[in-house]
Amino acid sequence: YYEELYAFSYNPKQNDQQREEGWQLIDLGAEFERMGVPNDQWQHTDVNRDYKVCETYPRDLYVPITASKPIIVGSSKFRSKGRFPVLTYFYQEKKAAVCRCSQPLSGFSARCLEDESMLQAISKANHNSRFVYVMDTRPKLNALANRAAGKGYENEDNYSNIRFQFVGIENIHVMRASLQKLLEVIGARSLTMSDYLVGLESSGWLRHIKAIVDAAVFLTKAVTVEGASVLVHCSDGWDRTAQVCALGSLLMDPYYRTIKGLMVLIEKDWISFGHKFADRCDQLDGDPKEVSPIFTQFLECVWQLTEQFPHAFEYSEWFLLQIHEHVHSCQYGNFLGNNQRQREQLQLGERTHSLWDFLMSEKQNYLNPFYKPSYSEAHPVLEPSTLPYHFKFWRNMYHQFDRSMHPRQSILKTILTLKENSRKAESELQALETRLQKLGVTPIATSDPPAPPPTRDQRTNPLPPRPDSLILGAPINHKEVERHEEEDEQNEVGVEATERTDTERTVEGSSGTESRKQSYGELEGTCNGELAKEEPAVVSLELGVARMTC
Amino acid sequence: ILIKEYQIMEFAELIKTPRVDGVVLHRPFMPTVEGTLCLTGHHLILSSRQDNTEELWLLHSNIDSTEKRFVGSVGSIIVKCKDLRVIQLDIPGMEECLNIASSIEALSTLDSVSLMYPFFYRPMFEVIEDGWNSYLPQDAFKELESMTDEWRLSKVNKDFTVCPSYPPLVAVPKNIDDDTLKKVAAFRHGGRFPVLSYYHKKNGMVMMRAGQPLTGTNGRRCKEDEKLINATLRPGKRGYIIDTRTINVAQQAKARGGGFESEGNYPQWRRIHKAIDRYNVLQESLIKLVEACNDQSHSMDRWLSKLEASNWQTHIKEILTTACLAAQCIDREGASVLVHGTEGTDSTLQVSSLAQIILDPGCRTIKGFQGLVEREWLQAGHPFQQRCAQSAYSNSKPRQEAPAFLLFLDCVWQVLRQFPCSFEFNESFLVLLFEHAYASQFGTFLGSCAADRARLSLPEKTVSLWSWVNRPQELERLTNPLYEANSLVIWPSVAPQSLLLWEGLFLRWNRSSKCLDEAYEEMVHIIEYNKELQNKVNSLRRQLAQLETEDPLLDTP
Repeated sequence: YYEELYAFSYNPKQNDQQREEGWQLIDLGAEFERMGVPNDQWQHTDVNRDYKVCETYPRDLYVPITASKPIIVGSSKFRSKGRFPVLTYFYQEKKAAVCRCSQPLSGFSARCLEDESMLQAISKANHNSRFVYVMDTRPKLNALANRAAGKGYENEDNYSNIRFQFVGIENIHVMRASLQKLLEVIGARSLTMSDYLVGLESSGWLRHIKAIVDAAVFLTKAVTVEGASVLVHCSDGWDRTAQVCALGSLLMDPYYRTIKGLMVLIEKDWISFGHKFADRCDQLDGDPKEVSPIFTQFLECVWQLTEQFPHAFEYSEWFLLQIHEHVHSCQYGNFLGNNQRQREQLQLGERTHSLWDFLMSEKQNYLNPFYKPSYSEAHPVLEPSTLPYHFKFWRNMYHQFDRSMHPRQSILKTILTLKENSRKAESELQALETRLQKLGVTPIATSDPPAPPPTRDQRTNPLPPRPDSLILGAPINHKEVERHEEEDEQNEVGVEATERTDTERTVEGSSGTESRKQSYGELEGTCNGELAKEEPAVVSLELGVARMTC
Repeated sequence: ILIKEYQIMEFAELIKTPRVDGVVLHRPFMPTVEGTLCLTGHHLILSSRQDNTEELWLLHSNIDSTEKRFVGSVGSIIVKCKDLRVIQLDIPGMEECLNIASSIEALSTLDSVSLMYPFFYRPMFEVIEDGWNSYLPQDAFKELESMTDEWRLSKVNKDFTVCPSYPPLVAVPKNIDDDTLKKVAAFRHGGRFPVLSYYHKKNGMVMMRAGQPLTGTNGRRCKEDEKLINATLRPGKRGYIIDTRTINVAQQAKARGGGFESEGNYPQWRRIHKAIDRYNVLQESLIKLVEACNDQSHSMDRWLSKLEASNWQTHIKEILTTACLAAQCIDREGASVLVHGTEGTDSTLQVSSLAQIILDPGCRTIKGFQGLVEREWLQAGHPFQQRCAQSAYSNSKPRQEAPAFLLFLDCVWQVLRQFPCSFEFNESFLVLLFEHAYASQFGTFLGSCAADRARLSLPEKTVSLWSWVNRPQELERLTNPLYEANSLVIWPSVAPQSLLLWEGLFLRWNRSSKCLDEAYEEMVHIIEYNKELQNKVNSLRRQLAQLETEDPLLDTP
């Protein structure tokens, strides 16, 4: 039962009002307003206010102004699970829309005039283009197979002005098996380079990641370059459709590359539109065939993009990892259940806390120090290359709990610490100047104050310690901390004390206890027996696997 | 210089068409340039004669291979460079194109070392410190003498007769005389008797390197050889011999007169065999890897299987693991190590130099790394001339080419990735060394050993790469802004997941680096701003402290 999940007992010492404010942090109505919706072509509809037309959709939906209630209801009856075409993103510059739905119940020949009118209405709402792209994110073979079950895809002959396109992302079962294979490969002891690369290939994982990014790039080009509206669907329209719509929006709109924006995007395309988090992340020991790393793939796609555009994102990798952690931790209510209707029944708003509020409160932990908002102003639409070598194995995700494999010094951590130091130094400088001025002395250094760094917000909170759950720096045990402190002292001999007081040391060499984990083999039965035992090159991945829900 | 080049008959004969107008240059991720193409004895130059566009100056020696294509009357020459760049020149006129192509072909494959550009190059910068004198063996030995008196500098090879590929001065155990060395040299491949490669200050353990022992099938032994290497052991201690070949390869070497140290004759040494490949295996690996990187198809499976089939990353893992093992023996086991393969000029040097990167913080500075390259590669007799004659695009049958040095640089890059704050230099420095090892205006990487360099009078006739690098403006570009001296031994992870493709080198011309460069600049900016602030805070603190000592009454908050 849901009630047994941690979220219902977790109490972060907030009062009811704070809890409520936390839940109000993300407001999807405001998000559609930000996109410029409603407008003269797109309207809000309350047709689903009681979840009667589609029980896996949210109450508030946006449709073309010419889509009347009978059209909506008719269309919903012709779509799998009643998931009729609705607006998810509006590209203001070209007045082009990204819409989403599930597959039509077309079978071999069935048609539905209301559904055809619905697509016509979407087309008419965009004066820039004479046609609408219909992106079926499935491989063509899967879509064909669905026809036998009375489902299928749009027949171009029945719909005027559509351009139909398959993009070939595999289904949840293939993705589940793929991650399983990947984790098997990387969890093997004494893994050779060849086994690793062969395994990486045969798992198909990066091929799937690339397929999703390719689809998002296609969507983005259709919308931003051609100015065409696009209707995206797969089978039920809550897995691949969510991936492609969300990732496409993130390529088109710099807002989704900010911390708050990514929260909004996830709330919109994943939570509110009914990605089945409970089933996919196996919150309740459900059907193992429903489990699949669809959302993890989305986060990975974002990560792959951050590697190509290191200064286009306000958040760092840590933010993605932390979200991933909490999608599976069931500590917060956001991702519980499969859809909004269920969440309302569970009264999550009253009985659990919101992750977004917590993440926002420690926002500074997740900032990307290289972020340059000016880049996004100049290049609002990202155009990533999807050549295969741009896709890399995400070690920090899939070896999250395997510290020996990560760089011993993190550039991200070092730079974040430096930025924090600079912030402290700025205020100390100010205090010193004030004190000197009070003494009637002109401070020697003020004649040329350093040029301010291009930071967008001056924060006042000190950097709280990083959560232990994430790798990337947090010391694994007490002993190690002590050892590093000793080393620090040794290293600092001769350094002027005053210059170092504020500077947290970030240099981590490695020796002694830590490096015993490293084994380069071959020394068994040598003069010094203690170190000879070969330890597995890969520390147990069990925890990681459990969290990956596969 | 140009005039001088034209006067040389060899060049004049080869240049059939020195100039063509209306040539269009295509480079990936850069706008096309139209201009005049000029050929000189050493350069291919394309100039648009407009102020704002960059000229192309390409050393002929940088050209690995060329291809011709014709569409109508326009011919295209695809120039594939040793630094892995591929450019295309569209040349109007069939005859011009053919002439240019054959000139490039001829000029880029000149065999005579003395016609190479470094002999014609005159520096346009002020040499502050002559790089030819920066890393002399006697200076390195002075440093060693300050730590131990157990070693001496032998002049036994002063005229390169004992070992043609060794420098005139080598460090050997103090109690081993030159006559013994000569006997040992006769027992080691190429005369490469065991010499000191590294002294680990922390525990006094050493790393030596040599060529394989010439035991042959009869199990020949050499008492002097045993005496020499045993002289480096502390009483009651054992040492490790790291043979970079598999036991099978080492066994097979016996048939050709080579071999390995048997347990019976070397009871105080434990032998470990590793599997580092050499020669054409490595060269083929490089060719396959670069081919995979240039494949523009969109298939993920194809990319991963080509990457795997190239075996490049496997070589990286094997070399790095062996180097870590050597370092582990020295630092953790407190044992001395002797490294060798067959000749002792390739895999041996990869291992001995990488182990020093791991063990010795000094090697992680810019000058320290130059010293390491000088000691463990140039003076140690890695045959650069042969190994770097051709790169990944070569069509000719490989002779003695092998990217042994590039693999070393790649391994250093892997360690740098894992310890991004522990190196004084950045990736650009490693890329620069790769480029200059294959084609350069400097004499540093010419020749194959110290004897060659002396014979060619390189220090007198050419400029050292170090003279150019060690100037403030260059050093600034090559300095890692994150560097903070780290006195510790650094143990890299050698798990396959931790070893990455060196994109900065292999994908350098296949991707737009704009975003990555901007992020790097941002990082530099953050670090500099922090330094500036800290300085200001410190000076104000000092000012305040001074006021307080002058007037104790002020010392109340």
